[in-house]
Amino acid sequence: MSLPAHAGKIETIWYYTFRVLCGMIFFFLIAPIVIIIPLSFNSVPFFTFTDAMLSLDPAGYSTKWYTDFFTDLNWQGAVKNSFIIAIFSTIMSTTLGTIAALGLSRSEMPAKTLVMGILISPMIVPLIISAAGMFFFYTKIGLASTHLGVILAHAALATPFVVITVTATLVGFDQSLIRAAAALGASPVVTFFKVIVPLILPGVISGALFAFVTSFDEVVVVKFVGSYEQRTIPWAMFSGIREQISPTILAVATLLVLLSASLLAALELLRRRNERQRGLSPG
Amino acid sequence: MNTTTAQTNPEQMVTADGTPLKVSLARARSRARNRALLLVAPLFLFILITFFIPIFSMLFRSVENELVGQALHRSVPLLQNWDESGETIPGEDVFAALKEDFTEAQETKSAGRPGRRLNYEKPGFSSLFRKTARKAKKMEPPYKAAFIAISEKWGDVEYWRVLKRESGNYTKSYYLAALDFSYDPAGKVVKSPGTESIYLKLFWRTLWISLLITVLCLILAYPIAYLLSTLPARSSNLLMILVLLPFWTSLLVRTSAWIAILQQEGVINDLLVWSGLLDDGNRLTMIHNQVGTIVAMVHVLLPFMVLPLYSVMKTIPPSYLRAARSLGANPFTAFVRVYMPNTVPGVGAGAILVFIIAIGYYITPALVGGQSGTLISNLIAYHLETSLNWGLAAALGAILLGGVMVLYLLYDRIVGIDNMKLG
Repeated sequence: MSLPAHAGKIETIWYYTFRVLCGMIFFFLIAPIVIIIPLSFNSVPFFTFTDAMLSLDPAGYSTKWYTDFFTDLNWQGAVKNSFIIAIFSTIMSTTLGTIAALGLSRSEMPAKTLVMGILISPMIVPLIISAAGMFFFYTKIGLASTHLGVILAHAALATPFVVITVTATLVGFDQSLIRAAAALGASPVVTFFKVIVPLILPGVISGALFAFVTSFDEVVVVKFVGSYEQRTIPWAMFSGIREQISPTILAVATLLVLLSASLLAALELLRRRNERQRGLSPG
Repeated sequence: MNTTTAQTNPEQMVTADGTPLKVSLARARSRARNRALLLVAPLFLFILITFFIPIFSMLFRSVENELVGQALHRSVPLLQNWDESGETIPGEDVFAALKEDFTEAQETKSAGRPGRRLNYEKPGFSSLFRKTARKAKKMEPPYKAAFIAISEKWGDVEYWRVLKRESGNYTKSYYLAALDFSYDPAGKVVKSPGTESIYLKLFWRTLWISLLITVLCLILAYPIAYLLSTLPARSSNLLMILVLLPFWTSLLVRTSAWIAILQQEGVINDLLVWSGLLDDGNRLTMIHNQVGTIVAMVHVLLPFMVLPLYSVMKTIPPSYLRAARSLGANPFTAFVRVYMPNTVPGVGAGAILVFIIAIGYYITPALVGGQSGTLISNLIAYHLETSLNWGLAAALGAILLGGVMVLYLLYDRIVGIDNMKLG
């Protein structure tokens, strides 16, 4: 959308006003995320810019909140739990979700919309309701306050993302490739690993990333199903904000922004690869 | 496969092993269907066990009411013959059975829970049950007088009415409470007095805050989605990062960022004081109230509006606008009459998605909402964690879930569940 040469005065003014407006909205989106980075290097235990920081005095800055994060057992336990829970629930939801997506995208699948609607509902149901239900049920069957309980709960919440992304990849999947593989003598298992998996892999990986982030960022269900032993990073941040607010939270937040930036980069690479494979873009 | 022959002369078509083609085809079809079902089955069972059964059994708590009937299993059946519309309390037979019930409850230590259950309906039951259970064993006939000697409440017909009403296996009192109704002393359903009608107010607040957030998201998302869809790929991909990075960043990171920005000693207040626009004494209160909830939630949910809008706008050919212009429309008319109607599917998808997420939101309001910015989810959490009135929490949850399901069906109508896209 560039300004046409014949544009009149009003159009020119509107053109620039519009761009400034958009710039402000983009600023609104990104500023809060950027602003926590310098604040996390604060030398005083507040969420504010001090005079020393504003005058770029080195004494106003410190990395002590990062040291605090890397040495504190409360936070280190949370990091460990976050990764254990996210990795296992990602494996579980990606496996189940991918297999289900393969079934769902077959033309013979009966009641497709209904089944899809049911499988996606964990994404739609308000988290507090899921958390409450899981809390009572998992307590009854002895899974509350266990890692396994939280992993199962997170896997259930994450499967919709895997189902959606893998089904979307399979829309462009040429089913005759499966018949071709079979005609050439491949068993269903060989066909699956040698033909289907390489083609749907970008969708599976991006589904897995979504699943990972869902679990890694989830706090309501952990709070209800888990206990202190299952505390995750968001859990620790949540209680940190409620109880004693310290810039360690901002240090953690900065590290999490770096993590999400690298996830975003990974996803972008996958998208490009996927488009290249399908011949959608030359690059 | 030669279908035309099969249609004209189906009897004669047989496969290699001699079965008629029709039968063989049907068999192959059902095999393929079973294979598809078999692939979906593991996830379906997994979701059923880890998700649906827990939620349904939780929602069942909103009508379940077995505690009182179980604890007082001798007296409750006798109570059914008592006429609660009169002004007399039940007779000696009920009291005699009640003595047995309370003696047993004391032995098994099970008088506390039904007492607490009835306390939700009428304060005083909890202490009444505990006191009666302690003294039940040593009671002597006539029991009616002995009970009233323990507490005058046993002589009060209002307590008996509540006891009879809530002695069945199911109750509607949680739903009545969730919708701000209660029973008057005579046992009729009436609107709760103004001071106690907090739930409907909170449902309305949740609805209007969600609606406001949806509208604000739409206003902010529309221009940038338009810009992103019309810019050349290189610059739009770069700007897209500004939308996707918040989308992928932890919710708690974004919420804590807003605390740092909006609080009294926060960035905005500091800037205003520094620039002289604001006196240091009257810093603005922008957090722990509705402003905090709305601003932080708009920021959190904005990408959910931008992405569906963008994917729809991307498909609208720029030639439509050029055609409208060449037919004499001014830029404004062309945009409103030609471009905007084409974006309606994206607006619908984004708006419903944002509204669904907003209406059940818990974390952000809990951290930045304070008193005036909390939503219905926060109240459900309060009843689950603090007041421990699980029946009421379940009833509130069921109403919220019902609303969300209606929106979900609407989303399916407008967008189609299988067309849902991410990122």
